Amino acid sequence: MEATGLSLLTVILFLPLVGMTIMFFIPGDQGRNIRYTALGFSLVTFALTLVMWASFDPNVSGLQMVQRWEWLPSFGISYYVGVDGVSLLLIVLTAFIMPVSIFASMASHIFEERGREKWYYLFLMVLEWAMLGAFMIQDLIVFYIFFEITLVPMYFLIGIWGAENRVYAAVKFFLYTLAGSVLMLLAILYVGNQAGTFAIPDIVRAVQAGTLTFPFDGLFSPQSYLFMGFFIAFAIKVPLWPLHSWLPDAHVQAPTAGSVILAGVLLKLGTYGMIRVLLPVFPEATVAWAPIIGVLAVIGIIYGAWVSYAQDDAKKLVAYSSVSHMGFIVLGIFALNGQGVQGSILQMVNHGVSTGGLFLIVGMLYERRHTKKLADYGGIWKALPIFGAISLVITLSSMGLPGLNGFIGEFTILLGTFGSDVLGFFFALFATLGIILAAVYMLYMFQKVFMGELDKEENKHLHPMNWMEYAALVPVLVGVFLIGIYPALFFAPMNSTVTEIVTQVSHFVTTVAQAVP
Amino acid sequence: MIPVPSLSDFNLQYTLPALSITVWAAILLVIDLFIPRERKQTTAWLAAGGVVFAFVANAFLFNVNEEAFLGMFRADQFTAYVNAVILGTAFIGILMSVDYLKRTQIERGEYYVLMLFSAAGMMFMAAANDLIAVFVALELLSIPLYVLSAFRAPDTKSEESGLKYFILGAFASAFLVYGAALIYGATGTTNIPAIFAAIGSVAIGGSASILLLIGAGLMLVGLGFKVAAVPFHMWTPDVYEGAPTPITAFMSVGAKAGGFAALFRVLASALPTFVFTDGSIYAVWQTSVWILAAATLILGNLVAIAQSNIKRMLAYSSIAHAGYILMAVAAAGTAGIGDAAARAALFYLMAYMFTNLGAFAIAMSIEKDDGSGTNISDFTALSKSRPGLAAMMAFFMLSLTGFPPTAGFVAKFLVFQETLNAGLVPLAIIGVVTSVISGYYYLNIVVKMFLGDGEGDPAAGATPYLRWAAYACFAGTLILFVLPFLGTDLANSINLAVALAP
Repeated sequence: MEATGLSLLTVILFLPLVGMTIMFFIPGDQGRNIRYTALGFSLVTFALTLVMWASFDPNVSGLQMVQRWEWLPSFGISYYVGVDGVSLLLIVLTAFIMPVSIFASMASHIFEERGREKWYYLFLMVLEWAMLGAFMIQDLIVFYIFFEITLVPMYFLIGIWGAENRVYAAVKFFLYTLAGSVLMLLAILYVGNQAGTFAIPDIVRAVQAGTLTFPFDGLFSPQSYLFMGFFIAFAIKVPLWPLHSWLPDAHVQAPTAGSVILAGVLLKLGTYGMIRVLLPVFPEATVAWAPIIGVLAVIGIIYGAWVSYAQDDAKKLVAYSSVSHMGFIVLGIFALNGQGVQGSILQMVNHGVSTGGLFLIVGMLYERRHTKKLADYGGIWKALPIFGAISLVITLSSMGLPGLNGFIGEFTILLGTFGSDVLGFFFALFATLGIILAAVYMLYMFQKVFMGELDKEENKHLHPMNWMEYAALVPVLVGVFLIGIYPALFFAPMNSTVTEIVTQVSHFVTTVAQAVP
Repeated sequence: MIPVPSLSDFNLQYTLPALSITVWAAILLVIDLFIPRERKQTTAWLAAGGVVFAFVANAFLFNVNEEAFLGMFRADQFTAYVNAVILGTAFIGILMSVDYLKRTQIERGEYYVLMLFSAAGMMFMAAANDLIAVFVALELLSIPLYVLSAFRAPDTKSEESGLKYFILGAFASAFLVYGAALIYGATGTTNIPAIFAAIGSVAIGGSASILLLIGAGLMLVGLGFKVAAVPFHMWTPDVYEGAPTPITAFMSVGAKAGGFAALFRVLASALPTFVFTDGSIYAVWQTSVWILAAATLILGNLVAIAQSNIKRMLAYSSIAHAGYILMAVAAAGTAGIGDAAARAALFYLMAYMFTNLGAFAIAMSIEKDDGSGTNISDFTALSKSRPGLAAMMAFFMLSLTGFPPTAGFVAKFLVFQETLNAGLVPLAIIGVVTSVISGYYYLNIVVKMFLGDGEGDPAAGATPYLRWAAYACFAGTLILFVLPFLGTDLANSINLAVALAP
């Protein structure tokens, strides 16, 4: 389906950049105009992604709304956008998270101290552009470019508007993720040289047709090295245990909107990349390494949950819970069956909505009390009953309570893991342990903050929620309930694409079993 | 009797870009005498006019493929591409100098004349088709630079810079000449195609080949000095720090362009792939260049971390970037990769020109009239006082790191691509790992500018001409990323071997 004119995707992709350009020419002291321009563009972008969803044909497994322009034709590199079942929901999620973050930023007071409001919103727009690009682009080199560009605005968001230790966290975030992704660049160059093109669909077709093969004869073979080049970059982004240590620093130091976007969208670049590149391009290495990665994912699930419980800082607690939740997503992907991968994609959206919501809540508490220590709170429900109720729903959704979104994703992933040919019963068993632990630390946090006596004087006179905070939290609630009650709406578009990917990989399960003892 | 060549045998029309700069510089030296001291800016514009003329001439001669000066000079796309980089560097260099010379009170007309002479030397070097021509061009390139480095005399640092550069440079020239002599001894000629023809694509062995090997090694030393490759880099930080900043910028790009052009001519054209009797095919110098590249990458990037002066930091960064271009030179040693590697190196030079000149332009804008204010700490909070300059500097730093969306990314991509194509996987890995390391010290400037607390330097040096130079560099760095084929397509029909068919 080659679009003749401009593809809707191109329009969506460059809309934030247009917004950025307009905002660039608004004088820095007109904070109101800047804010509302950013908000307007993000809302229009979101509306257009809904149009994209509406015009998406769920029965097609390949790419839709494709557009392709040559960029470096002599090297087979092109600007190549398209959407399929894997990326559709993530594009919508990105566009959804952005206005939410802008509302949260408008409600916060970071500019009173740090200033430079214009640059903040400029960076948010660049970030939205880069994230949308990473999900839409189907060319490895250009994907890498967008994957990397996301670092720059996030680096500034953390570094300029973050908490006390912001510079350290920003530099660590940047260099840690850069170190992972340059190895991916080498792997990309190698794959591109072999294939003669960098377009992912062309490479995948060549792999499936058998015209392009990467030698594979065990866990340590050329294909596995290429697989590792990509995998380490993605695993750092996810972050998969034991490559997670940048995450707590970045999350704790980032401003609220930064944390929301980081948890909501940026981490998904890693898991998205796994589904987009690893499974179709390196099927043998994927199958061979799946059990080992599964073990890491399970360790991450339990470790993240355990460490979460030990935190006395609310933001750190939510940050470590991300490690645990992202472990589920990786586990689902490497179950290598339809349920696992579909559950993972849905769980990416769920995690974006729920954990994004939790960061919003922590941010709003911080706005009022200027502390993130759990011990400084208690009985907040009595002071802010509506806020407490909303927080309860989001906490429960993050725990995976049936009827809300988290349950659907985690349950499907566990089903997939259980029925997987490469993982199996024990992986599912230990992952279930993670769900129990999630209930423990989530309820622990909720109880410490919202329950109990309202015994601290400072907590008695908190100002009530303003409209911007409602505007940030209510869409999150809608997402939580919509996915929880009507998951079929979200599973429908991804079905045929995921089935196609999984079928191709599953051919290799038996052949690889012979190659790897 | 030796036949006397007529003027038309010289094919002078093909040398027009380089020749016009040389002639114009000589004329300008005289004109300058009649320009009153307080209006020396006129000399600058006259010099810039000469550069523009040569640039236009170069554009017309872009796709020719001819020899001139009786085979000493080769006008092909390779020459023209390097010429474009050198002329661009000279033009931006002049633009950066105009106000700088005035405010540091070293404004003299000879400055621009010397710059033109040096640029002419670089251009002749790119076109050199004979080892003698390489040597003469190298001297024409170097001697004006020795003088220019000491141009801020009686400032001791500047004097030290000039003297150090001169003594070590003379040494390096001696190596080069000796190497040329040995190659002549082995092959009986100094003409590059003739050397190739003499060696042929045949197995080597015997005493002549030892002379050839030593000769090639000595030439590598001489040219390695010019491009600041480790271990011939010792002069770089001191010279860069002491020289007037626009000259530092000019030589960091221009001398590198000339040096690498000559390296490609000598190594890839005169001494390309050998077929050995045991059937293996490779260039004998590939391993040496490989090791030089790796050492340059590692040392340049690691030592740059420890620098506290922006000019020294950029000096080590320029060493590191010599390492990336050396990767392309090493790749050229694998059969069939030569021309593609040359293309990657040329694109790298063009990207490096925009990026590095831009970085120097911003560094100059915060430099004080007495030459102080070049510490990295002087960048602190620049984003508050001059957000535009800080944003451009951040962009240049990303480009030097090789991070999208900048020209530096495309350049590194092309170089890594050719290195992998040439089968030098470990070198490519060293390349990417050192890129990450370089991210640390480039990012440090960004940290200082955007995340540091304080008032921020007023950047009084950001005069209009300097700002235009910075804008031009910014535009170049961005455009080469968005439309990279503008840079790569120009080099499409480069064929270093075309003249060499026996």
